[in-house]
This record gives sequence, structure tokens and C-alpha cells, in this order.
Amino acid sequence: MNAEVKMMRTAAETQYSDALSALPAPEPIRALREKALRLFAEKGLPHRRVEEWKYTDLRVLLREMAPLAGKPDARAIAEANKNDVLSDIGAREITFVNGAFAAELSKLKGLEQGLRISTLADALKSDPTLPQLLAGLNPSKYDAVFALNTAALNEGVVIDIAPGAQIAKPIHIRHIVTGTSPVSVFGRAVVKVGKKAQATIVQSHAGPDAVAYQTNTILQLSVADDAELDIVRVQAEGDKAIHLSMTIAAAGAKSRFRSFALTTGAAVSRHTVPFAFAGKDIRALISGATLLRGKQHTDMTLEVDHAQPGGESRELFKTVLDDESRGVFQGLIVVRPDAQKTDGRMMSAALLLGESAEMDNKPELEIFADDVQCAHGATTGALDDDLLFYLRARGIPKKEAESLLIQSFFGEAIETIENQKIRDAVMSRASAWLAARAVK
Amino acid sequence: MALLEVKNLQARVEDKEILRGLSLAVNAGEVHAIMGPNGSGKSTLSYVLAGKSDYEVTGGTATLEGEDLLSLEPDERAAKGLFLAFQYPIEIPGVASMTFFRTAVNAVRKKRGDEELSTPDFLRFVREKAKELNIDQDMLKRPVNVGFSGGEKKRNEILQMALLEPKMCVLDETDSGLDIDALKIVAEGVNRLRAKNRGFLVITHYQRLLDHIVPDVVHVMAKGKIVRTGGPELAHELEAKGYAAYDNAA
Repeated sequence: MNAEVKMMRTAAETQYSDALSALPAPEPIRALREKALRLFAEKGLPHRRVEEWKYTDLRVLLREMAPLAGKPDARAIAEANKNDVLSDIGAREITFVNGAFAAELSKLKGLEQGLRISTLADALKSDPTLPQLLAGLNPSKYDAVFALNTAALNEGVVIDIAPGAQIAKPIHIRHIVTGTSPVSVFGRAVVKVGKKAQATIVQSHAGPDAVAYQTNTILQLSVADDAELDIVRVQAEGDKAIHLSMTIAAAGAKSRFRSFALTTGAAVSRHTVPFAFAGKDIRALISGATLLRGKQHTDMTLEVDHAQPGGESRELFKTVLDDESRGVFQGLIVVRPDAQKTDGRMMSAALLLGESAEMDNKPELEIFADDVQCAHGATTGALDDDLLFYLRARGIPKKEAESLLIQSFFGEAIETIENQKIRDAVMSRASAWLAARAVK
Repeated sequence: MALLEVKNLQARVEDKEILRGLSLAVNAGEVHAIMGPNGSGKSTLSYVLAGKSDYEVTGGTATLEGEDLLSLEPDERAAKGLFLAFQYPIEIPGVASMTFFRTAVNAVRKKRGDEELSTPDFLRFVREKAKELNIDQDMLKRPVNVGFSGGEKKRNEILQMALLEPKMCVLDETDSGLDIDALKIVAEGVNRLRAKNRGFLVITHYQRLLDHIVPDVVHVMAKGKIVRTGGPELAHELEAKGYAAYDNAA
């Protein structure tokens, strides 16, 4: 007999329910939001006894909800204007300040043929299929981050790339938080890439240090057959922030998908990537470099789902952990019965620099087809003393020798970025992290 | 004053005594060879001189131009002019050879008070030295030693030696794993670097290398110390008679 155990609601859970139910809920997304609120009220924040959240107990890490951010004033816009995360990659920028779309910091003039960019509110007026997409790709599965984001659905952007359009200029979605008091910020971005279309999407997250703000952003990608999409994500939140995010992708037949994530920010962060191989012969490369220091806690969770035959997935994640930081990598590859000839390879490597740093690596394979190739690897280690000695015997001082080895460690992941300008910009951010370490 | 002077050097790794009172002196311009049976402590001597932290020095001194080496960090020793050519050069995936060379050369130049080389000057410098050693330009584009053959790795060591312009070069079994052609190229590279202000300590198990790098002085090492010192003819004697006489020596 199952005993119904009703868990006590935490302060944060009550605050979320109260704050989000008080928001106006316009049509056509009212039902969607109400359902998400109901689900959240029922299931709440995940904790360590929920398998997927074993290492990132949100009940403990998220004690209180910060108040919802208000509309940004002129001062907030001016502060956001100073943000320079990946400002030099020649991208078309779409900027959100404290969760609200900031037209004055966005570059939406002269859109290329086949490219449409709309605010979520505008897109909802013209696209009756959008609510269905916003409801999630796998609605049967509960995820607290997704539920809260949906319950708060208001601001966002919808990027529509017409079939066949080749959009060379990267499109950069910037999520900037400003100010000195803690706020809660939500955001949703949807990217639809039409058949045989091609685009590069960059997403960055930044905010002030020493402010315990909380962000929850979701990027939803719908990639049609034969399309090609590059995603680069830079999470550079302030050092007290709590960052929750997802990149949800569904790819069509013969599409090509490359994604890279640089993670250096936030006190606590969790990024979940549910990736559905919905068509045949898809090639996907999902990679990331995570650089942590102090007491940062960062969780990267992948759920790669091969539902159709002939898919190839490569996952390469590098995590560098200094001081007392903690990293979590969970990588699940599912190969469903129809997904014969799937070729999946996943590697997560961690470099422990701090004596008290901790890495939890959890690779998982669930294979239901018989003609597949799948492999996963996970390593955790310190810098190799023999390598260090070799470099030092050539006159390279210790810190510099360490930097060279650390850079080569995460460089392998950064090298997977296709666009050279973006790759250089990401590398220089990662090098800045190293430089800060070397003078410590 | 000798260029390199080692007096009564004692060292151990964990609880094992390996060097037991080793002394030798190399003058500028000289090439000394150390020969000895396996396990006599030859490689340990090279690591202790270069500053590998696995070894604990328990007694004695080692000086370069009169300056204490043993209290210096490995990179400081390199900057002072000590160079160790490794018996087993390390592969460093992900670090481009050129980046490695430039970082090393400029670190050493900076410590010696010289100006850092500009990129074009540096490239010219490396290409010229690489050509002398018959090193393919493609090798320079690869990560350090990754996928290199045994011979390529050893030539790469000599290239680094040429780039860093050391005063005292220690070659640890540079001949191991080389065929005769590779051995000749490496030996030529070393001979080209012989100079009146530079000393060499060539550690080898076989006399073969010394046909190509002709030493001024040959030492025999056994059980952690020098047990005999002579001229180049000593190497030939060892080749003929083997090390049996020294296994029980000391």
C-alpha cells in the first residue's frame, strides 16, 4: 500500500506559488500557466531523493524566492548597456534587462531575408501553434524549473528562420540582470529553424557580483529536417546568483546541431539539456567547458534521446574545479528500440585543482536497440606532476605551467565552436578566468 | 671554478637511498660522460640536478657557476642555464609545440634580463634551429611530442636545448630507443651546440653514443657514486668488458 506522504512546503515554494499566481495571465497562455502552477503546487522543488536532482538539492539551495523584478528603469538600461559579454563577435543582439525586453539595447533593424524576430507577446498573436510548443516537448515529465518558467511566462523572444534561409550573422540573446538588490528573473526564448535553413544562436547570461539574484531561463529549439544550427552559451552570472536554465531541443531528420556552453558564473547553477533526436540520421555535438572557483556549485545535466535510426551524438564536457567548488555532470543517452545504428559517445573529464573541490560524474546509457555503438567515459584527476615538471624544466614558472595545462584541458572543448570570432571570444573569457587564478 | 660542481651528493626517493655521495666537476667547454649499469642512479642524478620533487636530497651540494642549484625551483634552474634532455620526453596533448617553445623561451629570456622575442623573430629563430636538426615544420604544428616517434621526440629535446641556450646540458640516455640514423642526427645536433662556454654531461648505458659525441672525460657510476674516472678510452674498455666489475664495487 502506498502511503501518501505530504511534504511540508518550503518558504520558497510558498513564495513562488503566491508570486506567480498573482501575475496577470492573458490568453492564449492562461491555461498553460495555470497548469504549470498546479503542477508546481503539487510537486514543488526537487530534492536529493529525486534521482535527477540528487546532487543539486534545490529545496536546500533555494531557501527563498527573491521578489519578482520590476520593469527596468533608465538607470538599469544604462547599467545593462555596459555589459560586454561577447560584445565583439559581430552579432545581432536581442537584449533582456531584468527579464524585460529592452528594444533600445537590441539590434533588430535590417533583418535578413527569412529571419523573423518577435517578442513572445507579438508572436502569440500571430502564431496559434506557439502555446503548444511553449508547453514543452515532453509534457508528461515534471521539471520544477520548466514548471516555474511556464507559470511565469510573460517576456520572451521568438526567432523564426524560414526554410532555406542561411543566416550568417550570429544572433545573440543577452540576459542581463542589474541593480543591487536580489530579484527573480524569468525568460523564454524560442528558435525555430526551417528546413535546410542555417543559423548561429548565442545566448549569454550576466549580472552583478555580490547580489543574490535568481534567474530562470529556457531556450527552446525546434530544428527542421536538413537544417543546421550552432548554439553557443555563456553563463557569466554574478558570484552570488542562482541560475536555473534549460536548453530544450528537438531535431529533425538529417539536421546538424552543434552546441557549446561556457560556464563560469553563479553561486549555484543548473543547466539541463533535454535533446530529442526526433528524425533519422541526425548529427549532434554537445560540448562545454565549466570553470569553477570558491564555493560554486554547477550542475550540467544532459538527456540525449535517440528515437530514430542513424543518429550520431558526441558529448564532450570539461570541468575545472578550483578551491572548494563542486561540479556535477549527469549525462544520459537513451537509445529507443527504433534507433538502430545509433552512434553515441559521451565524455566528461574533470580537473581538480582545489584540495576540497568535488566532482560528481554520472554517465548513463539506456539502450533498447541492438545494433548500436555507444560509449561513455568519465575521468577526474589532478594536474599531472610529470607534465608540470617537464614544463618547469624548460623554464616555465609553476603558475604559468599550470595555466598552460589547464588551458589545454578545456581548450579541447572550446575548439569545437565552429565560428572563429565566437571561439576566440569564448577562449579569451576562459583565459581571463585563468589569469585571475594565476595572480591569486 | 667548475661550471657544474657536485660534491658528496646524496638523495633518496621515498625510503630508498639512490645517490650515496656522488662528486664530479664539469668545466665550461668540456663534455663528460657518465656510464654505468642499470639501477646505478644515473637518471636519478639528472632528475635531482633538474629539481624533480619526487627526490629528496639528504646531503651534499650542487652548484652552477658557484651558485647553489638545490635550493632553486626547476624553472629557476632552467633560467640559470641548466638543461635536462629527458630520457622519456613527455607528451602534452592540447599544448601546441610553438606555444610551448615561445612560453619557455620568453620565460627564460625574461629571467635572464633579455628582451622577449617578437613573434616574427621567434618564428625565424625556431625555423632555423629546426632545419639544422632536420625537424619537419609539420612537427612544430602538432601538440608537444604527441604522436612523435622515438627519434622525433629526442630531436625535439635537442631543439629545445638549442632554443633555450643553456650553459650546462644534461642528456639522460638520449640514445635510448634510437636507430643509428636518428642517433647520428641527434649527435650532430649536440656537437653543433658544443661551445667553450658550455658544458655537457652525457648519461648513457652504451658506448655507441660516445662514438658520435666524443667526451673529454668518462665517469663510471655504480651504486649511487662515481667509482672511476678516465678519458674516452674508458668507454671502450667498458664496452669490451661490461659492467660486471662494477656491480660489486663501492
